[in-house]
Amino acid sequence: MSASSAFNDEKGGSSSVGEPEYGHDPASGGIFSSDYKRHDDLKEMLDSNKDSLKLEAMKRIVAMIARGKNASDLFPAVVKNVACKNIEVKKLVYVYLVRYAEEQQDLALLSISTFQRGLKDPNQLIRASALRVLSSIRVTIIVPIMMLAIKEAASDMSPYVRKTAAHAIPKLYSLDPEQKDQLIEVIEKLLADKTTLVAGSVVMAFEEVCPERIDLIHKNYRKLCNLLIDVEEWGQVVIINMLTRYARTQFLNPNINESLLEEGGGGEKTFYGSDDEEDEDEEDKEKKAEAAAMAKRKPYVMDPDHRLLLRNTKPLLQSRNAAVVMAVAQLYFHLAPKAEVGVIAKALVRLLRSHSEVQFVVLQNVATMTIKRRGMFEPYLKSFYIRSTDPTQIKILKLEVLTNLANETNISTILREFQTYIKSMDKDFVAATIQAIGRCATNIGEVRDTCLNGLVQLLSNRDELVVAESVVVIKKLLQMQPEKHSDIIKHMAKLTDNIQVPMARASILWLIGEYCEHVPKIAPDVLRKMAKSFTNEEDIVKLQIINLAAKLYLTNSKQTKLLTQYVLNLAKYDQNYDIRDRARFIRQLIVPTDKSGALSKYAKKLFLALKPAPVLESPFKDRDHFQLGSLSHLLNAKAGGYQELPDWPEAAPDPSVRNVEVPEWTKCSSREKRKEKKVEKPFYSDSEGESGPTESADSESDSASASESGSGSGSGSEESGSGSESEESEEGSESEEEEEEEEEKEKKKKKKELKKPVQESESEQSSEEEERKRKNKQQKSDSESESDEEEESVSESSQSEEESEDSESEAEVKQKKKTAASKPPSKPAKKENKKEKKEMSLLDLDDFEPTPSPQVTPVNTFLSSSLVTDLEGLSLTDTVLAPATIAPSSALKSFELLHRITGEGLSVEYCFSRQPFSPDPHMVAVQIQFTNSAATEAKNLHMEDAKLQSGMRVKEFPEIEVLPAGETTTVVMGIDFCDSTQAANFQLCTHTRKFFVSIQPPVGELMTPVFMTENEFKKEQGQLMGMNEITEKLTLSDKCQNEHAIVQRVTTAANLSRVPCGSDKECRFAGRTVTSGSLVLVTVATKEERAAQLTVNCEKMVIGTMLVKDILLALTQ
Amino acid sequence: MINSLFLINHSGDIFLEKHWKSVISRSVCDYFFEAKEKAVEPENVPPVLQTPHHYLISIYRDKLFFLSVIQTEVPPLFVIEFLHRVAEMFQDYFGECSEMVIKDNVVIVYELLEEMLDNGFPLATESNVLKEMIRPPTILRSVVNTLTGSSNVGETLPTGQLSTIPWRRAGVKYTNNEAYFDVIEEIDAILDKSGTTVFAEIQGVIEACVKLSGMPDLTLSFMNPRLLDDVSFHPCVRFKRWESERVLSFIPPDGNFTLMTYHVSAQNLVAIPVYVKQNISFFESGSCGRLDLTVGPKQTMGKTVEGMMITVHMPKAVLSANLTATQGTYTYDLATKVLVWDIGKLNPQKLPNLRGSLSLQSGAPKPEENPSLNIDLKIQQLAISGLKVNRLDMYGEKYKPFKGVKYVTKAGKFQVIRHDWTVFLACKGKP
Repeated sequence: MSASSAFNDEKGGSSSVGEPEYGHDPASGGIFSSDYKRHDDLKEMLDSNKDSLKLEAMKRIVAMIARGKNASDLFPAVVKNVACKNIEVKKLVYVYLVRYAEEQQDLALLSISTFQRGLKDPNQLIRASALRVLSSIRVTIIVPIMMLAIKEAASDMSPYVRKTAAHAIPKLYSLDPEQKDQLIEVIEKLLADKTTLVAGSVVMAFEEVCPERIDLIHKNYRKLCNLLIDVEEWGQVVIINMLTRYARTQFLNPNINESLLEEGGGGEKTFYGSDDEEDEDEEDKEKKAEAAAMAKRKPYVMDPDHRLLLRNTKPLLQSRNAAVVMAVAQLYFHLAPKAEVGVIAKALVRLLRSHSEVQFVVLQNVATMTIKRRGMFEPYLKSFYIRSTDPTQIKILKLEVLTNLANETNISTILREFQTYIKSMDKDFVAATIQAIGRCATNIGEVRDTCLNGLVQLLSNRDELVVAESVVVIKKLLQMQPEKHSDIIKHMAKLTDNIQVPMARASILWLIGEYCEHVPKIAPDVLRKMAKSFTNEEDIVKLQIINLAAKLYLTNSKQTKLLTQYVLNLAKYDQNYDIRDRARFIRQLIVPTDKSGALSKYAKKLFLALKPAPVLESPFKDRDHFQLGSLSHLLNAKAGGYQELPDWPEAAPDPSVRNVEVPEWTKCSSREKRKEKKVEKPFYSDSEGESGPTESADSESDSASASESGSGSGSGSEESGSGSESEESEEGSESEEEEEEEEEKEKKKKKKELKKPVQESESEQSSEEEERKRKNKQQKSDSESESDEEEESVSESSQSEEESEDSESEAEVKQKKKTAASKPPSKPAKKENKKEKKEMSLLDLDDFEPTPSPQVTPVNTFLSSSLVTDLEGLSLTDTVLAPATIAPSSALKSFELLHRITGEGLSVEYCFSRQPFSPDPHMVAVQIQFTNSAATEAKNLHMEDAKLQSGMRVKEFPEIEVLPAGETTTVVMGIDFCDSTQAANFQLCTHTRKFFVSIQPPVGELMTPVFMTENEFKKEQGQLMGMNEITEKLTLSDKCQNEHAIVQRVTTAANLSRVPCGSDKECRFAGRTVTSGSLVLVTVATKEERAAQLTVNCEKMVIGTMLVKDILLALTQ
Repeated sequence: MINSLFLINHSGDIFLEKHWKSVISRSVCDYFFEAKEKAVEPENVPPVLQTPHHYLISIYRDKLFFLSVIQTEVPPLFVIEFLHRVAEMFQDYFGECSEMVIKDNVVIVYELLEEMLDNGFPLATESNVLKEMIRPPTILRSVVNTLTGSSNVGETLPTGQLSTIPWRRAGVKYTNNEAYFDVIEEIDAILDKSGTTVFAEIQGVIEACVKLSGMPDLTLSFMNPRLLDDVSFHPCVRFKRWESERVLSFIPPDGNFTLMTYHVSAQNLVAIPVYVKQNISFFESGSCGRLDLTVGPKQTMGKTVEGMMITVHMPKAVLSANLTATQGTYTYDLATKVLVWDIGKLNPQKLPNLRGSLSLQSGAPKPEENPSLNIDLKIQQLAISGLKVNRLDMYGEKYKPFKGVKYVTKAGKFQVIRHDWTVFLACKGKP
């Protein structure tokens, strides 16, 4: 790679530059000796035991580095502190290390083991920063270590560490390009990452390491498009630029018809037009048979993926980041159909109000765009008007844009504007304006004369620069039609007396010489004057005098023979050899002697040939073969590492390569869902639940159900933002009296309802489960608990089944719980309807279940709006809780694996049964329940093609031969999650279809209870101190005051068993992780008031941290 | 991407350098100094320069040059935008962005730069995230740090860095919960001599100062959102919500931020709050000229115009000005040839006037240029476009915040130009 080799060259060069520079530095030279002294005391400070001294020393060293002073002799003293406990010292040591490691490779190796240890640290920040520094040390010897570290970090649980891994890839690549193949593997893996955090960084790595491997993008294309809006700004820029290139290779030119029509002009237009329609048809048939009928009428059909890209990038035009706006603008310019490109104009014009550097770049790009698509910016003409306060470079660019925008209709306004510019004090700008007028005149025939006249008037301007520039421009204009303007030439001839600017004088002389037959009387006189002043002229003028003399000699030798000889003689002895050369050459050519060859016969033809008029072109013409917004475009030269923007393909490559093996249910509703999701919370995207409550709030099941309800958009913000309200309603049974009544009613119903499925359900498993649920309920004290609340929502939405038809199975009920969760309006409806309208609305519910929107509307009409708002809190509870995997519930919480609608009648749910999985004790048992609600039976239900993180294993459930319509069955499978919360992805297959599904465990399910005595517990706990202990203070929620409630909540959150304990102030729990068998010890110590302290001891730090989070949530809600 | 960064002061000293990849000798800056020399004015230094082995992309801000060295293709705006972000971060951390302050806090600056870029690619640029990792300096903290030995550097990964709302830090707590929004509008206008509007538009910005505990979810709605022609948002604003309902729905960052900028187009008639009657003339003989300026209110919606200031860039030939102002003070800078008339509050009863004579360099020809006037003004409690905030609602938290909205109108690039159509073109009539 040329880029990388350049980099290496540079590296070699720069390291050697470092030292001599020190000597050159005059500032350091003066205090050279004292510097050394200071270094000594710095060394002393670094060797001391006090962190504060070390910190002080490091601060001074970093300040030296910042000023560019050499501090490399301190390397041994500094590197010793790499393992320092103080984090700030550590960070500064890192800074130092990265700066000097390249120069002191051997010593730098001393620090490597510290980073290797850091890579295994439970704190993700430390893991990440260890990787960052390790990969920044440019020491070739550690390449294998870096490679290993990157590979490991690429499958780290923390997305932040994975992001760092993505950053490390180009670093390693620049250090050792040989690693490319291995790095591509890592890139491929990271490209599949679903978090927005990683997306930008990995695409960056892709661009630097293997931009030619466009095939790696196929499978991730749609994901990238969809994630785009949530990616951080810098990542957006990189992704958009890359996708522009991608789209150019994969889709057809949307303007193909237009460009062909443009080319085939005149009468042939229709003929050619129809012809290529046929061609288009052929292509379309090949790629899409069903689109062929459409294509006959409309030959070009945009690939939906192409459309997806355009649609998803458009909102980013509103970004505050100019680079993002520019990236989208260039994408539209290069990819969008002509009719749609216009949207970018407004955004680009907005950028003109930004910093002047931003303006500079944007105007360059606008200038290129205006040549191709003038119409787009015409409405914004006035935005390009120049202000006297603009810097000159901006003024000149604006002038360029205005000139490009000029056409017959707006030319008069533009010229008027130009006219004020001519009076500016900024002379460079005035000169540019005159040039611009010249260009307008050449481009627009109608105003040529006006402009010419105007320019001629400028010849009498007092400012010489203005005059000179005008002369130059007039010369160009006159060349277009000299015969009409002999008076102007005469006028200009007179100017030779006054104008001193060499370029202008030269131009005038050239004009007179060229058109001497139009001014036969004046021309010799001009030559006479020039001959007089020849010796004082500038070189450029002298050359033109010789030219003029030669031309006049050829046309009018009688009058000018002597003059010419005089001029040539003067030139012969000129100091400048160019002029002497020219004179000698011309003498031989025009004055026939015996020695001169055949050439002199053609002298007239040589000198007086008709010269084509110059074309005044924009310097921005054809610059758009560079990708707009790029550095190469700005410089109009290929910059290192620039990737050419490919031409559109003749025929579209197979679009099916982008078909991703995403779970089917996401796909079928993805379009709709995406939109809706964005309405609610544009920046929440699916990311892995491990890293905090904000993310888990949006698990996949939630979004799926939100899209179904069809009403999500209206209440979007309330939903996403009302955590506190939901809490209130959750605990509100005591305080909110009005609701109590309702709830009681519902409890009754729920009980009734719960029995029914149990009776009807044929599978033992599920009835068992129900039993357990009921038992749990009995255990509970009279206070209302969350699990009840959840059940309630079940009952609320499932009244329909209960009252109208009892045949609905349990699984469906559960499914509806989810649906109901995101259907705030329908629920209050039910409440009100309970008395009178019950049947009707329920029927509605039932009938329209698969198409959810109608069910909401009719119900809605019964509501008073206040009721809706009153009850919104209630509904919100479920929305928040349902997707949160750690929702505390004494019952087994089940999760949706496949929704009925996407599953075409087959719905699948799973729960963690907490039973030991007998075939393999290291696996977590997952109970899966299939319900076939389709009309036909489902056959051969089995799973295949598990996509697992390394180390994870799956024990498949036995194939289900036949599942008759309306039946439910339950199977158990085992998954070894490797003690991580990574999801297990696999395909669920029926005899007809395959569905992509994933199971993600809450951390609490990754363990099994163990029984131990109080003494054992204390002993084990004693061994898991220090790093392995996490303590967190908390305030118990007011419903979680007594010991019983605490036990219940903790055991719900995690699969642990209680350890007997002497003190009633403490509750203890113990368990082991399923895979590795690491002990997990949990202690909840209550104090006065509601304060409590949670302690988790676990040698798996990550598990511990996550568990603390989950239990904390369970206890405080 | 970005290889190195050099901070260069006005006089051309490199006072800070930072390298993210291999070290690049500071001699690379010579190309920049060459261009700087050539450009005369610092604003005219080309932002992008090509050297044999590198590309230099620079910004000029707060009298400092931020010069970055690039080795391979990168969108120039990407770098420029980032450099501005760096400058803003300094501003945010230290209250100002100057050579002094950067030198005083060089270690924090270095730590910041280290976090903001990794291998030349931006890593964390949200001030809320950075402030959790590297705490801004305060006197109190530095005292505490020396006593307790604690440091300015956070030990855990800021939650913002991981979440999908990186702009907000976790665990925000305030005793007084407040949210203030300043709607600031600037009028950009070019008026001609007769007072006719050649071009006028309004640039608006909503600056927010939000100090709310927890995770508030705010909704801000306008009485007349249709006024807004072109908007750009802080990443926190949910764009789809704006598109469908024209309300701003967002979880705000903690502290000060720019919520949105907008543009009210020329289609809506822009009210011009003041008029200026001007008469500046130079006599052909006697090397002197006259100046007569009067300012009066035009469309002020009943509000007082404050902070009126008129700046005139005089032709080079003008040596001195002998003027009398009925209100305010004037100064004439001989070096820059700038006349500044600071008027202050505009009194509609007694219109301020500035008149007197200008003396020209003797022998110099009558100046050709017609000086244009730049107008500065401020109107409190008025958004000149008529934009009004309807209401601000908060979801997600229980407390009642204190809410405030303030409106200010300012002059942006407000110029009065003496158009004079008679030079050319007019003589031939319009084409």
